[in-house]
Amino acid sequence: MANMSTHTQGMPPTDATRRDFLLYATTAVGVAGTAIGLWPFINSMNPSADTLAMSTTEVDLSHIAEGQSITVTWRGKPVFIRYRTAAEIEEARKVNLSDLRDPEADDKRVKKPQWLIVVGVCTHLGCIPLGQKPGDPRGEFGGWFCPCHGSMYDTSGRIRKGPAPLNLPVPAYTFLTDTSVRIG
Amino acid sequence: MSGNHFDNKVIQWLDDRLPIFSMLQHSAVEYPTPRNLNYWWNFGSLAGLMLVIMILTGVFLAMAYTPNEALAFNSVERIMRDVNYGWLLRYMHMNGASFFFVCVYIHIFRGLYYGSYKAPREVLWWLGLIIYLTMMGTAFMGYCLPWGQLSFWGTTVITNLFSAIPVVGDYITTWLWGGFSVANPTLNRFFALHFLLPFVIFALVFLHVVALHTTKSNNPLGIDVKGPQDTIPFHPYYTIKDLFGIGVLLMVYLGVVFFLPNFFVEPTNYIPANSMVTPPHIVPEWYFLPFYAILRSVPDKLGGVIAMFGAIVIFFFLPWIDRSKVRSAKFRPIYKQLFWMFFLVCVVLGYIGSQPPEGTMVTLGRVFSVAYFAFFPLLWLTSKFEKPKPLPQSIAAPVLKGASVGHAAQPMEKA
Repeated sequence: MANMSTHTQGMPPTDATRRDFLLYATTAVGVAGTAIGLWPFINSMNPSADTLAMSTTEVDLSHIAEGQSITVTWRGKPVFIRYRTAAEIEEARKVNLSDLRDPEADDKRVKKPQWLIVVGVCTHLGCIPLGQKPGDPRGEFGGWFCPCHGSMYDTSGRIRKGPAPLNLPVPAYTFLTDTSVRIG
Repeated sequence: MSGNHFDNKVIQWLDDRLPIFSMLQHSAVEYPTPRNLNYWWNFGSLAGLMLVIMILTGVFLAMAYTPNEALAFNSVERIMRDVNYGWLLRYMHMNGASFFFVCVYIHIFRGLYYGSYKAPREVLWWLGLIIYLTMMGTAFMGYCLPWGQLSFWGTTVITNLFSAIPVVGDYITTWLWGGFSVANPTLNRFFALHFLLPFVIFALVFLHVVALHTTKSNNPLGIDVKGPQDTIPFHPYYTIKDLFGIGVLLMVYLGVVFFLPNFFVEPTNYIPANSMVTPPHIVPEWYFLPFYAILRSVPDKLGGVIAMFGAIVIFFFLPWIDRSKVRSAKFRPIYKQLFWMFFLVCVVLGYIGSQPPEGTMVTLGRVFSVAYFAFFPLLWLTSKFEKPKPLPQSIAAPVLKGASVGHAAQPMEKA
């Protein structure tokens, strides 16, 4: 401060603490006020109430045949719904849990054994695995195969091979009737 | 600028490689400021604060706004109803424009009153005028974006001004529109430019401050700083004074935002744009009204446009139109009266611009438009012969030695 002499002249030494107090108090109020003032800006980037209101999807299951899969959109992401055959259920159940990278029993991943509902986003880097259409490759475990980096999922949507660390997540869902489900 | 010593070694290391801390120290802490600045000197930093608020709210509004003729109006309504705090961001932005202009107008009139446009501050004055012109363009294009009836018709009227240019006028308006009328391409480019120009203004403000710190601040006495006894460091004296001003401004500004958010708004602009129906009465925003009044007063299309732009361009020549060597109106009895008459003329022109152009308003508009331009030749004439009051010896002298005036300072005397 070049002109330090100017603004300390004629002031008793005790003023230094008083000035320090004023400086810190002003700074604290300024910082707190700015932080509060910035909140509306930050919060404006959060999903708004009308976006949140669109956060559930209802699906009619009555037209899905055994062995068939459909993909529905939920919160902008694909959800796989597979009407599993008895063989697929059996295959998913007989797996030894200690062989799994992300151990989860099949009956913990379904509410009704024939209906497997999982979020169709590979847990590696977010691609959509193949296996929904009849001609798609399903990998070595009869579930899904991610074409990006070769992750393979079984008939319970669990990771079995490849770089992905976790099973395909099961979204929250409720059966409204025997043939309709609300996801979210 | 170099050679500053900082106790903090990290700051010292960085400063030796990029002297941002030295620059801050130099221009925001040590900057020797005349000790006699009054509260009219607050409005530069207040305008700067408004610019920051406008850029900040604008960027966040742009995240939720859609520049498309079919979607723009509804996207603004969505901001008002659904986006979290969208109403606050939009009301801050909308009213912020008005308060930005309030600050800038006070800042300009302060410069006029105290002769801040005179040597050696001509370039500083020009930069200010360029900032003001860029602000007007930015505000005009921003007003188009909500795509209400006045947005659409205001844009139509103002872009049509360019059709007054002989020969190429029609081509220019078509080029501005990107079509045969104001439509989607116009809205798109106005959005792009409305986003860009504030950053241009920011750069111009930086140059404005560089020019200010080169010539140093003027002061209410308009005499030059004679030595260190005439100045005090910017920090803490003017930082705290600016902070106080910011507190007052925020109280008034946010008071309007929260309690009178539509005070400056014409209700017609809440009707979506309709290219088949012109609203019965088109009025620009208040900050354009004096120039709008001048435009309407000239009974000739090209003449009106020239008069309107001339009303601002003439200010670039003010440092030479005013031939007096004394800066502050405090010591200039004739200029002081001219200044207040000019101020009054601007206010009355603003009122006239807000009224429908009928009956006496047309005559009044012409009288006051002539009065507006008469200011400049009158200033040119009187400034030569005006006898200024004696100037104080220095800025510090009247304070330190009572009000007694020793030998008067020479006008424009260098320290």
